[in-house]
Amino acid sequence: MTGHDHSHEHSELGEMDLRVRALESVLTQKGYIDPAALDVLIDTYQTRIGPRNGARVVARAWVDSVFHDWLLRDATAAIASLGYTGRQGEHMVAVENTAEQHHMVVCTLCSCYPWPVLGLPPTWYKSAPYRSRAVKDPRGVLADFGTVLPESTRIRVWDSTAEVRYLVIPQRPEGTEGMSEEELAALVTRDSMIGTRRVEAASTGGAS
Amino acid sequence: MSYVTHADLGGQPGFGPVTPEPEGELFHAAWEPRALALTLAMGATGSWNIDASRAVRETLPNYRDLSYYQVWLGALEQLMLQRGQVFPDEIATGEMRHPAEPVARVLQAGNVPAVLAKGSPTERAAPGPARFAVGQAVRMHIGKADHHTRLPGYVQGKRGTIEHVHGAHVFADAHAQGQGEQPQWLYTVVFDEAELWGNAAPRQNLSVSVDAWESYLEPAA
Repeated sequence: MTGHDHSHEHSELGEMDLRVRALESVLTQKGYIDPAALDVLIDTYQTRIGPRNGARVVARAWVDSVFHDWLLRDATAAIASLGYTGRQGEHMVAVENTAEQHHMVVCTLCSCYPWPVLGLPPTWYKSAPYRSRAVKDPRGVLADFGTVLPESTRIRVWDSTAEVRYLVIPQRPEGTEGMSEEELAALVTRDSMIGTRRVEAASTGGAS
Repeated sequence: MSYVTHADLGGQPGFGPVTPEPEGELFHAAWEPRALALTLAMGATGSWNIDASRAVRETLPNYRDLSYYQVWLGALEQLMLQRGQVFPDEIATGEMRHPAEPVARVLQAGNVPAVLAKGSPTERAAPGPARFAVGQAVRMHIGKADHHTRLPGYVQGKRGTIEHVHGAHVFADAHAQGQGEQPQWLYTVVFDEAELWGNAAPRQNLSVSVDAWESYLEPAA
């Protein structure tokens, strides 16, 4: 019956494909959309707006104390100074992880996420397990990521219920004192800026 | 009471573990980026606002059985059907069979970077002085809303503390219902874990905050 299962999977995939294609075709015929704009939108979030932006913000905050303080005081302006603005990041707040205080961000009601600095949210961020458990059992959620924090570390979970978007500044790992801003940015992972992982000195950042 | 949201998940049991995924993995089927782009492009026509689209998404009857982009696509079809912008026979066939409804704007490829960079800020002139100040104790409203709201069930009736005043922002509840922006003061309200989950719940050394519009709040003793 393997053959049957395969064709079933294909026809299901095909169904969504056809449905989206049909809608795109109608909307184009009706003049509501410019199909070329769809390509630009997709390319933007696949290649230009993603977590490398946020990593640059974090690395700058790690090496530049004036920027660091500005970021904590007025994240929208500080982040805009690096060229990251707009859709789903209009009102930014940055929160800083320390040995005493760990921050984690969720949207229990939908999938609110700081797009200009992190791009599109990962599937797990939008999933029912994360949205349901982050506010009640964050240590359990962290364990799903292999992250274990000391009991003495206070955890703060930010539920993004309005149009304010949160960026976590992870702790700068020890042993990175000699690294350049660019090298530091390469260490910073997406998950560390949501608050589900810490940054490791040996991490390979975006290449992971 | 007819409004039922399926999206208010905070604190709900039974959803199992979180499955992490690598950073570059954004889509899981070829149609997903197209569905995303269609949603963004139609959103840019100004035919509805983001709160209205969230309301349609969270009330899709099969919300919890759908994948994320299936929710987006289903809601997009609904929003357009409601406005007579498309019809069922057009969705089924992919052919235009009814005249187009005029839209305020069409997002052209060349304008995409500027439109994304501009976004849609929600801060507005304050309607009056803020009712609450940082450090003040507040209690969250309780009771099911018969419309879209951004007040999650798990904080309703709970006592929290004002931590930050964000200025006045477009009020999502009114905006979603087509009642205009009705800006209100927006606050970050922080709660202790025992207040939210009781003393019997395993201690996490946890506090949780939500962002709440002023009408969600009452002064607490």
